[in-house]
Amino acid sequence: MTTLQTAFAKAKADNRAALVGYLPAGFPSKGGDVAAAAALVEAGCDVIEIGLPYSDPLMDGPTIQDAVHRSLTNGTRIADVMRTVEGVAATGAATLVMTYWNPIDKYGAERFARDLANAGGVGTITPDLTPEESEPWRTASANAGIDTVFLVAPSSTEERIKAVVDCCTGFVYAASLMGVTGARETVNVAAEGLVKRTRAHTDLPVCVGLGVGTGAQAAEVAAYADGVIVGSAFIRRILDAPGEAAGRESIATLARDMAQGVRR
Amino acid sequence: MAGNGAHGDDPDVHGKFGIFGGRFVPEALIPALDEVAAVYDKAKSDPEFLREFDHLLRTYAGRPTTLTDVRRFSEQAGGARIILKREDLTHTGAHKINNVLGQALLTKRLGKKRVIAETGAGQHGVATATAAALLGLECVIYMGAVDCERQALNVARMKLLGATVVPVTNGSQTLKDAINEAFRDWVTNVDSTHYLFGTVAGPHPFPEIVRDFARIIGVEARRQMLELTGGLPDAVCAAVGGGSNAIGIFHAFIGDEAVQLHGYEAAGHGLESGEHALTLTAGSVGVLHGSRTYVLQDDEGQTIESHSISAGLDYPGVGPEHAWLKDSGRATYHGITDDEAMAAFSLLARTEGIIPAIESSHALAGALQLGRELGPEATILVNLSGRGDKDMGTAMKYFNL
Repeated sequence: MTTLQTAFAKAKADNRAALVGYLPAGFPSKGGDVAAAAALVEAGCDVIEIGLPYSDPLMDGPTIQDAVHRSLTNGTRIADVMRTVEGVAATGAATLVMTYWNPIDKYGAERFARDLANAGGVGTITPDLTPEESEPWRTASANAGIDTVFLVAPSSTEERIKAVVDCCTGFVYAASLMGVTGARETVNVAAEGLVKRTRAHTDLPVCVGLGVGTGAQAAEVAAYADGVIVGSAFIRRILDAPGEAAGRESIATLARDMAQGVRR
Repeated sequence: MAGNGAHGDDPDVHGKFGIFGGRFVPEALIPALDEVAAVYDKAKSDPEFLREFDHLLRTYAGRPTTLTDVRRFSEQAGGARIILKREDLTHTGAHKINNVLGQALLTKRLGKKRVIAETGAGQHGVATATAAALLGLECVIYMGAVDCERQALNVARMKLLGATVVPVTNGSQTLKDAINEAFRDWVTNVDSTHYLFGTVAGPHPFPEIVRDFARIIGVEARRQMLELTGGLPDAVCAAVGGGSNAIGIFHAFIGDEAVQLHGYEAAGHGLESGEHALTLTAGSVGVLHGSRTYVLQDDEGQTIESHSISAGLDYPGVGPEHAWLKDSGRATYHGITDDEAMAAFSLLARTEGIIPAIESSHALAGALQLGRELGPEATILVNLSGRGDKDMGTAMKYFNL
């Protein structure tokens, strides 16, 4: 199993940023999710985030909302998310789950952490869990041997950045902009400053997400961050493709472009 | 006075009422919530702010609102004496005006020029658009597309008041989804924008702020009851969706242990039908819209869509202070079906010449039931949280008028 530590060490040894791809479980279909993620891995993604579909995704823009809605309509449950993680982890990529807090809370923190570790998952990203509320989850994750990733934002004060990075293991997720998920024309200039400010508080890798959609943008972010996170741009391509196979081909093309980007 | 857990306290420093409340939001919003909390903390003890708020309540909102003895209506309650707190008589026709005036003043203190709000029945949207017009703020209202349709009159009112109304077509297209969309706007525009939250739910400090601005209802009612009847009521009844009108009237009575507090949720087509908004009665503890509270959810934490004939009660969450009042036993929560609410709606109109909001009709129906239980000696105070003009479309359909 590839851990986050080995994935980032490998990228660092290659003198490049890591490429992190996001897809929701159960999208474009049950079963089709693993194939899509595998296509991303083959095209050069080092780390895969599997989204746990949730009914009220506060931080997501219309593209991910649409994908998640389809997944929930297809009847995706947490057991399916774990199966997806198992399938993706088998490709050799470090595999995380990105989830809002309530599904973990309801499932039971200890149980969720244990099941995720058993499925080969290496950690979670929890966008609406604050440091103040995170203790039960960090304990459960530590007991299960999985990493916890939390977010810093351009609005975060130095004090907040410190509080957030103190809760992180694996890496720190730097939200490039004040806003929700979705590819943008340009990556916000605030991202570079935020990465710098975050590095002052931690030796963990700092990855930038939100708004990255092209190889050129990936290259731009890779110049100052340890990892580049891409989600909506892949999902948009799958949504626009005439079928699952075409969608896989399309995201593989984009992922290859991004993989070159992080190597420039 | 922060957080020793006693009834009627402020939440603790993390915004917790017992295990409920707190903040479950993207990190990007934390500084904004901290800023709102800090500015509010200063404002609430600033005589100038309080004077300005009080002035607006008296000269613009129409406070104090009166109490009305509804003797003909009470005959259906086994003779118990029912007294209404007339929030329907406020400017814009509902208790929502109290909170929006307070938060609009707060917006100016925050140095922000734009407010956003979510609305279900449209009352909070209309109230926000009104306050924004009064104080010269840009105003955007998020409203579920389904609610836009059933509350077309309020959509028109908001537009006339200069607000932009954005119909939300995600999810159930009701209040829950309007709140999600408003949060997304806020994350994106937090520098210029205050999220004028409409109920006692959401992340800290909103449950506390909205409660404090709404608690004038109970403060007035308690004093007026003493003047009118020489004593306190045996029970206070209010409808509960998110819970702002109920907290508004309950809060001043929390320390009066002899006064029963009864909240009435929308039972829709009944508990067994699965089509209801019985968050406190049939929900479980979870996190929704930034707060730990009771939530209608499935076994994996996915929100279950609620149902009520009243758009204002059609919400699968509830304010954390209500969750706390329920678990501590200080308040009791019950369900009232669509049919029971509409019967009370019609009864009040015919016996007293008052057309209540359908939300408030849930509390009226509850008071009728409670009166029969408590007997003819009992005095029951009901928060008539709003008037029914906005619900005439629903009433016309329901009663085939």
